[in-house]
Amino acid sequence: MVEPLYEVLARSAYVSLTATLIASVIGIGLGTALGLARLPGRAFLTAVVNTGMAVPTVVVGLAVALLLWRSGPLGDLGLIYTVRGMIVAQVLIATPLITGITMSALQLLPPDLPDQLRSLGANRAQRVVRLWIEARLPLLAAAMAGFGHAISEVGSATIVGGNIHGQTQVMTTAIVENVGRGEFGVAIVYGVILLGLAFVINALLVSVQRPGASWAQS
Amino acid sequence: MLPGLNVMRTAISTVIAVSLLATAACGSEEPEAGSGPSGTMILATTTSTQDSGLLDEILPLFDQGSDCVVKTVAVGSGQAMEMGERGDADILLVHSPEDEEQFMADGHGSSREAVMHNDFVVVGPPDDPAGVADVGNAAEALTRIADQKASFASRGDDSGTHAKELALWDEAGIDPKGSWYIETGQGMGDTLTIADQKQAYTLSDRGTFLATSNLESDIAFEGSDDLLNQYHVIVVDHEGTNTGCAEDFSSWILDRPAQDAIATFGVEAYGEQLFEPDARN
Repeated sequence: MVEPLYEVLARSAYVSLTATLIASVIGIGLGTALGLARLPGRAFLTAVVNTGMAVPTVVVGLAVALLLWRSGPLGDLGLIYTVRGMIVAQVLIATPLITGITMSALQLLPPDLPDQLRSLGANRAQRVVRLWIEARLPLLAAAMAGFGHAISEVGSATIVGGNIHGQTQVMTTAIVENVGRGEFGVAIVYGVILLGLAFVINALLVSVQRPGASWAQS
Repeated sequence: MLPGLNVMRTAISTVIAVSLLATAACGSEEPEAGSGPSGTMILATTTSTQDSGLLDEILPLFDQGSDCVVKTVAVGSGQAMEMGERGDADILLVHSPEDEEQFMADGHGSSREAVMHNDFVVVGPPDDPAGVADVGNAAEALTRIADQKASFASRGDDSGTHAKELALWDEAGIDPKGSWYIETGQGMGDTLTIADQKQAYTLSDRGTFLATSNLESDIAFEGSDDLLNQYHVIVVDHEGTNTGCAEDFSSWILDRPAQDAIATFGVEAYGEQLFEPDARN
């Protein structure tokens, strides 16, 4: 039952894309609130977000597994060793990164922009949408950075997913397993694919961050 | 308490709730319920059954005839039994007889049956620097390794193989310590690779040794009675476990088709039988 490579690849992409999507919704929302609003405890929350960016993924995996194990408080959900459980863990991994980048992206916009928009009669929701449009490239960069972080992590995927063949094995856990079995060829193939993905993501990041990029001028 | 803890707890709950909503539409992994037991069953097993490739070979046979979805988690035998104690696993396939007897005596399992056996081998550098090839049993082989302070890589992970190794040291009357004694804390395949790279001896089950590629190490000592490696299947007795599927699995692996598959496993790929089935009838 050795699984075709493309199924592992597709599962990796599915888990990390779904997680990135959810993390982007949460992270951009949270980052906007922290970047723009004058909230009480904002400094503390900012510190929490920055800490979250530095938490090792195995620690996130351990925390999520403790909650999701059958003997854990959320065990009845039956999420341990499932793709959904892995998505939950990767959301937690990607969210701080996306939040942090969103926050700094919005703070880098011209400081008088919100006031200008207000003077033009924009309500709060309209102002936020306008700021998002202004910052669309860094926000895209935030999401891509989140995806890159999620798809390349191995700690939480191992602990929460369990590397179950045909069910929760993803590229990174497949690499670890194949190295353990001395099957370096297979491990190298997965490694090259991941490397290629990382390169594509970074190339896209560079091109969206460059204002002169042809497709970004519209 | 820190004010941050409540914030974190709320944040984690929110993330889980949102993720669940978002993935709810993605189709369930559960199969349609049939006449027999169904649902998800967690099989906690030793790394050797996975690293040798045995489970990949025989599990599809079980999947075909059952509505149960097996989730195999390859951990050491010690960890597998801990998962059983907590009710985090429904069935165990393990090879640590003394710990298993304790597990059964403590009332954590409802049945324990012998599935198959093979043997452990002492693996070492091809030139056998400690000269263990001509000793009488495994404990003597380890004694010689310790006397020479030849490097030895231990699993150090509370697995069945680790338990066996410790029992052999105990028999030899040696408390292994020192820079020659390396504890890897990893699975059998990884430990074999580390031992190979560091020119160290190690204790391995025969199946994983044969299935691990890219090794220069050879079998340095084999064939004595104290190297028996016996696997048992244990149905976990704990509230909330999937007993129906676990009992189905237990009787399936002890039945003829699975036992035959175990007997033929590896003959083609490695030129020898890796596991000897015990319940063939």
